[in-house]
Amino acid sequence: MSDIFTYNTMLVLLGTSLLGAASGLIGSLAVLRRQSLAGDAFSHAALPGLCLAFMVVGERNLAALLLGAFISGILGLVVVSLLRRYTRIKQDAALGIVLSTFFGMGVVLSRIIQNQTIKGSKAGLDSYILGKTAGIIASDVYLIGSAALLCLIVIVFLFKELELLTFDADFARSQGWPVARLDLILIILLGLVVVIGLPAVGVVMMAALLILPGVTARFWTDRLAAMLPVSVGFGVITGAVGTWLSAEYANLPAGPIIVLIGAGLFLFSSVFAPRRGLIARWRRANIIDTSLLDLDTPVFEA
Amino acid sequence: MTKTPILDVHDMTVAYHHKPVLWNIDVTLTEPSLVGVMGPNGAGKSTLIKAILGLVPRAGGEVRIFGQPLSKVRGRIGYVPQRESVDWDFPINVFDLVLMGTYGQVGWFRNPGRKERGWALECMNDLGISDLAGRQIGQLSGGQQQRAFLARALAQKADIYFMDEPMAGVDASTEEAVFKLLQRLRSEGKMVIVVHHDIRSAPQYFDQMLLLNTRLVAAGPTSEVFKNEYLQRTYGGRLMALETAGVAMRDKVPSA
Repeated sequence: MSDIFTYNTMLVLLGTSLLGAASGLIGSLAVLRRQSLAGDAFSHAALPGLCLAFMVVGERNLAALLLGAFISGILGLVVVSLLRRYTRIKQDAALGIVLSTFFGMGVVLSRIIQNQTIKGSKAGLDSYILGKTAGIIASDVYLIGSAALLCLIVIVFLFKELELLTFDADFARSQGWPVARLDLILIILLGLVVVIGLPAVGVVMMAALLILPGVTARFWTDRLAAMLPVSVGFGVITGAVGTWLSAEYANLPAGPIIVLIGAGLFLFSSVFAPRRGLIARWRRANIIDTSLLDLDTPVFEA
Repeated sequence: MTKTPILDVHDMTVAYHHKPVLWNIDVTLTEPSLVGVMGPNGAGKSTLIKAILGLVPRAGGEVRIFGQPLSKVRGRIGYVPQRESVDWDFPINVFDLVLMGTYGQVGWFRNPGRKERGWALECMNDLGISDLAGRQIGQLSGGQQQRAFLARALAQKADIYFMDEPMAGVDASTEEAVFKLLQRLRSEGKMVIVVHHDIRSAPQYFDQMLLLNTRLVAAGPTSEVFKNEYLQRTYGGRLMALETAGVAMRDKVPSA
């Protein structure tokens, strides 16, 4: 393809790579804190806010849309915790309820918008559901880059605190660390990454971009300090290869292609990773430890 | 003049969905010692520790440690959670885990320096696990995992320790190592409060005991508390089976 290296393509690739990097970074911690489904609920819950913002502003102003998305995502998580506190519903059920209800509202709103707007303006927000990378412009890349940088700075400064939080929150609390506030920081960063990822990856697929790089990286590393950069690497590859394929060859929505690339890397790692992969584990299981066979059996005379 | 108690729990109640887990607990411990918290399953032993440390909400009551509210003395508290409470597949190695004990002293944003790392190694040495420093924690045996948890607590340089079943499911040599550590901490003048499940080994380990079954049944020196009357009241019918089994074993094995 001759136009692979055009300015626009480079811009799109840069944007999705940065998005993959940020997702890999925050997603790893979210997975370890068992919050990966919170990311999924957040992205689905973001859709109605995005639509409402569009209705209020009346145009496709990205900053306004994302602000609306962020607010309604946070609202969704607030509803999850209210459901848990006042109805004794378990976390997974509460997440499921919020996720589907908010998403339903979002789809209804986006259809209303589509029906109201004049033909030809193509204001439909459908691209936010499955993602569309082709529209990424320079200002979007700045936005994604700033969010990724913010995540990086926070995690570098709070590495020790976040490691403690994700491994042993009770111990952290016993040492006096403000666990609830650290969790809040993590959730806000998670929401931020989700929201900036919506235009490119879409509401439905965003969670996969958060979860896959982290769990894939875990196959190759045994320490958090190594897992985070490796996860960033997988995120970059996933985002970049996924968008490139979707834009150049398939003319398909970017979200599903990105997810399929991420899932491919995950599958490969789960089979071939050195110590934790299926093959390595299978080989270990088939080695019989013979060291005990050398011992003499004591025999006592009756 | 009365001494300030090391641990003073007054009228503490903990409830879960309106059902009491701990009811009106009063505990005052003044002398540094090894204190065993005993009781049947579901008696609220772990909850007692967690409520004192503020890890579960209290429905009522007050806790003072060294005469101060909890928030003022966090740096003097060491904690060993139950081994099952964490994900042992987590991507850290043994050294990282033990180093976490120093995080409280290191404070916000800074990373542990040479001093803390040296100290963490020393603590690992004391528990005989320094050769495992680079291992991912999931590759340890149960006993080794427990030693790593204890080394982390040791690294906290605390004055009062709370340990949740440090001898549960460990091998004999680890149990001995744990007990040696407990004795050492006591000889250094530390207060150590240990949730312990094994009623048979308890009297040889602890100077004082808290017998718990939602309410505090008895508290005080082991010689006065570890009596049939109180044990029966704590464990109810369940103790009978235990005793019978113990007697059966004694009868079967001829004394040397």
